[in-house]
Amino acid sequence: MSGVELEGRVLVAGTGAGRVLRLEEPLSFWGGVDPVTGTIIDRRHPRCAESVAGRVLVMPYGRGSSSSSSVLLEGVRLGTAPAAVVLRELDGILALGAAVARELYERSPPVILLDAEDWEAPPEGAEASVDVSGRLRIAG
Amino acid sequence: MPAGAPPETVALTVRDRAMLAGDHGAATAVAMRILVTMAGVYGAERLLDIEGAHIDGCLYHGDSGVDFAELLVAGGARVCVPTTLNVGGLDLLHPDEFAGTAERRAKALRLMECYDEMGCRTIWTCAPYQTTPRPAFGQQVAWAESNAIVFANSVLGARTHRYGDFIDICAALTGRAPAVGLHLEENRRGQIVFDLRSLPRALRSAAWLLPAIGYLVGERCGNRVPVLLGLEEADEDGLKALGAAAASSGAVALFHAVGITPEAPTLDAALGGREAEEWIEITVDDLHAGLCSLSTVPAAAASSPGVGGDLAIDVVALGSPHFSPREFAELLPLVERHPPSAGVEFVVCTNRLSLDFLEREGALERLRAFGVRVVVDTCVVVAPILRTPAGGVLMTNSGKFAHYAPGNVGFDVVFGSLAECVRSAQAGRLWRDPELWP
Repeated sequence: MSGVELEGRVLVAGTGAGRVLRLEEPLSFWGGVDPVTGTIIDRRHPRCAESVAGRVLVMPYGRGSSSSSSVLLEGVRLGTAPAAVVLRELDGILALGAAVARELYERSPPVILLDAEDWEAPPEGAEASVDVSGRLRIAG
Repeated sequence: MPAGAPPETVALTVRDRAMLAGDHGAATAVAMRILVTMAGVYGAERLLDIEGAHIDGCLYHGDSGVDFAELLVAGGARVCVPTTLNVGGLDLLHPDEFAGTAERRAKALRLMECYDEMGCRTIWTCAPYQTTPRPAFGQQVAWAESNAIVFANSVLGARTHRYGDFIDICAALTGRAPAVGLHLEENRRGQIVFDLRSLPRALRSAAWLLPAIGYLVGERCGNRVPVLLGLEEADEDGLKALGAAAASSGAVALFHAVGITPEAPTLDAALGGREAEEWIEITVDDLHAGLCSLSTVPAAAASSPGVGGDLAIDVVALGSPHFSPREFAELLPLVERHPPSAGVEFVVCTNRLSLDFLEREGALERLRAFGVRVVVDTCVVVAPILRTPAGGVLMTNSGKFAHYAPGNVGFDVVFGSLAECVRSAQAGRLWRDPELWP
């Protein structure tokens, strides 16, 4: 069986699978993602108009206001959140949104941290999954 | 999905574990689980005691915020440290000021009630440091709301990390917070110096420029702790304006102003005895650039004295952070001399303490007679309060309004001094004070 497995650090544990959406630029969920649709609405972001819903969202870190936690939480409530979030740098804001979602709705995307080299690995559009111990599997 | 075991890297006390186990009620257990998860995320080795909290989660952003508050209320939530509330989604004293839908209004109101039911003090202000007993120097607190955080850390010398929605109430319900960031002495030393000493003295003591200076600092310092060198005497309203602007353009949660703020009696003290990582000289050109970035109108109107003339002003909005009695005392004679034109919406956001002051002085009636709306408990950039349709030009002396108004309420923005705001409201067109630049 082909494919790649990478060990990440668990920020918020969970499981999730979907196609990789790779953002090279950080994105603020607050003002940057419409929680009703999951669409990226930040007009200055290069991936504006794409959707984070159900995707394994690979991005360096979140940007901006602490209200981004609320937007991720609202996305979980409405079913438009990413399937998993894979970060390169520590981001408390998205982890907080996920931690609250787990308490409130008993589901949340896992949030994991990869080291910088591993973070480069997941290619755009690949099928990928994150397990409860923070392992990212990318289909080959 | 199970919440999972607490991260082994976080050392919990017996009492922390009891809270986690539900011995202090279901809501406290939820709060402690979230805190412990976040302590693990931040890499905290332990939690520490806090002696007060300020909560931002009472402002309606969506139904999930209400769901969370209802979960806590249903779990018997009661705050265990003195806790104040930030602005909510509507003015409870003047509910007709709300211009949104009945559904949104009902939800915003329910959210505010939930936090009231948890035992928080309903002061509904983003300037809690001007209304209530304030945290003492060195005291550990958990504050949310970016401008309040920067004021608590910088001006009061209290210690809070940057908290936001959800984790703020978790800290208030448990009296605990992750021992990280600005809670810890070693993370509070200044790292980057902004040297204002080459500016003309008149500019270094100009209160109206402090938001522009703060905005510049926020843009350039990243997540480092800035030190301002050469700032002349600034009062608390000035430091509040500077900090609010810095926390809007950047992630500033603490600044030191040498000779002014309590952890910076000297430059050396502000830097914690170490060398500055970076040293930036601020010039008059930088101030012009700062003024330009505070405005979305063309550069000439944004920063030039005596220029403006043909730019129509639709709204003047003041009071971010909430206007203090002293700021009202400055505003009142200006408005009496230069009453706003009927075509300009003139709104001041404030809290109930300032409102009481205005009523005692008989000033509220006078302001209203001149067409000035005084809004309490909330804020025009976070709730539908403005009556003027989006798309026009809003003028303000607040760096925070200037930053958030374009995105949040859809107005172009022009920044100016308080007098410029009042005179522009009178003219219905931008009025620039040629005396402001030496």
